[in-house]
Amino acid sequence: MIRVENLWKSFGGQQVLRGVDLQVNSGEFVALVGLSGSGKSLLLRHLVRLMHPDQGRVLVDGHDVAKMPREELEALRSRIGYVFQSGALFDSETVFDNVAFPLREKTRWNETKIRHKVLEQLDLVGLKDAGEKYPAQLSGGMLKRVALARTLVRAPKIILFDEPTTGLDPIVVNSILSLFDSVHKKLDLTGILVSHEIPEIFGIVQKVAMLYEGKIVAVETPETILTAQNPVFDQFVNGKPDGPIDY
Amino acid sequence: MGEAAGCSVTSPIKTDRILKQLWFIGWKSLPVVCLTAVFTGMVLALQGYPTLRRVGSEAFLGPLVSLSLIRELGPVLSALMVTGRAGSAITAKIGIMRINDQIDALELMGLNPQRYLVVPNLIALIIAMPLLAATFDVVAIFGGYLAGVRVLGLDGGAYFGEMSSYVVLHDIVSGVYKSVCFGVLIAWVCCYKGFNCRFGAEGVSAATTQAVVNASVLILIWDYLLTSFC
Repeated sequence: MIRVENLWKSFGGQQVLRGVDLQVNSGEFVALVGLSGSGKSLLLRHLVRLMHPDQGRVLVDGHDVAKMPREELEALRSRIGYVFQSGALFDSETVFDNVAFPLREKTRWNETKIRHKVLEQLDLVGLKDAGEKYPAQLSGGMLKRVALARTLVRAPKIILFDEPTTGLDPIVVNSILSLFDSVHKKLDLTGILVSHEIPEIFGIVQKVAMLYEGKIVAVETPETILTAQNPVFDQFVNGKPDGPIDY
Repeated sequence: MGEAAGCSVTSPIKTDRILKQLWFIGWKSLPVVCLTAVFTGMVLALQGYPTLRRVGSEAFLGPLVSLSLIRELGPVLSALMVTGRAGSAITAKIGIMRINDQIDALELMGLNPQRYLVVPNLIALIIAMPLLAATFDVVAIFGGYLAGVRVLGLDGGAYFGEMSSYVVLHDIVSGVYKSVCFGVLIAWVCCYKGFNCRFGAEGVSAATTQAVVNASVLILIWDYLLTSFC
């Protein structure tokens, strides 16, 4: 379970997060939505201690992430998969080597076992024949798939997606979201998906949380979201030009 | 750098990455180092010979060229060449990895980025720099021979004979010591600038420029301090 309590973070005098509270239960897949620059990625980075909070705390399975000793943090990180917006693939290595990288570095598996596992993951994301390509030779959608394969190869229990479909065409967006959905169901993962793909994401998540002005202003289920009474949520989800959100 | 130094003596040592960087920093810098060396030696001979001849000491051209090279110019110029060629590339690569979240990805895999990105460069530079400086010295002395003996007509026996009388072990050791220090310095500055790169192409560009300028200036300052106090 992930629990964020009263999280505050500022940069250069600008207060980005102003007391965020959020809970994601085990096995739940939650979408985090909000305006560009509202701090969604920043919040995600706190969950794996790529950022330290100014105030408040992040608990993963009951442990305060900011106070963990290095060994415990490494153990936690090995249970969490993080799909970066950019993919964060190592551009000097092939797709196969990218996916194999965590296995070669963190396990004592022989190369045959690693090869089998990597091909299995690449097959899962529909890229079995792309192993010899370099990241620069891949399309945006393929990059995201490889990034997902590299994340899944470590068998995480929690997975965090940071805008994994930004800049992709609608067909690729839908195929990637359905891939996330099948992976989530198949592996029973806990996940947070930062995305702007509304309403596509409503079909694959159990809850939608809205981050606005540094706080989670509403958490709704996909079923109740369109009838929600929260005016900020209503304006954002329905893309209305007029409302409380000031552009 | 302290963390990197700790990682460089603790397991697991990334031997394949060290060899790769040794190839990139050492072997691939060899052409530019040799080219710089041969012309440096030739210029030293061309400049030194007329002055020595005026005082009737042209036989000391060999010691002049060799001592200048072994004590100072070999370590310093080879370090400056490596800074420009390999140091800039190290900063740019780490900087791009930083802005593309690749360093964060390493951390999230439970891996220490210092061990993967700093240690191989640090060890490769410590090994490669004395070898490159020694190569620089040998090639530059040969360049001095070409200019002094073949062009200006100095006796070849005098050029090399006097050299062996004046160059002592301390000169060679101080050259090696300087090269190792410069290797550490290049690794420190170039990796630091890459790790602390600001975002965007402009950030990488600025980091690379700062790395080369800062490392070059520090090499010259450090050379002065080593020469003064050691």
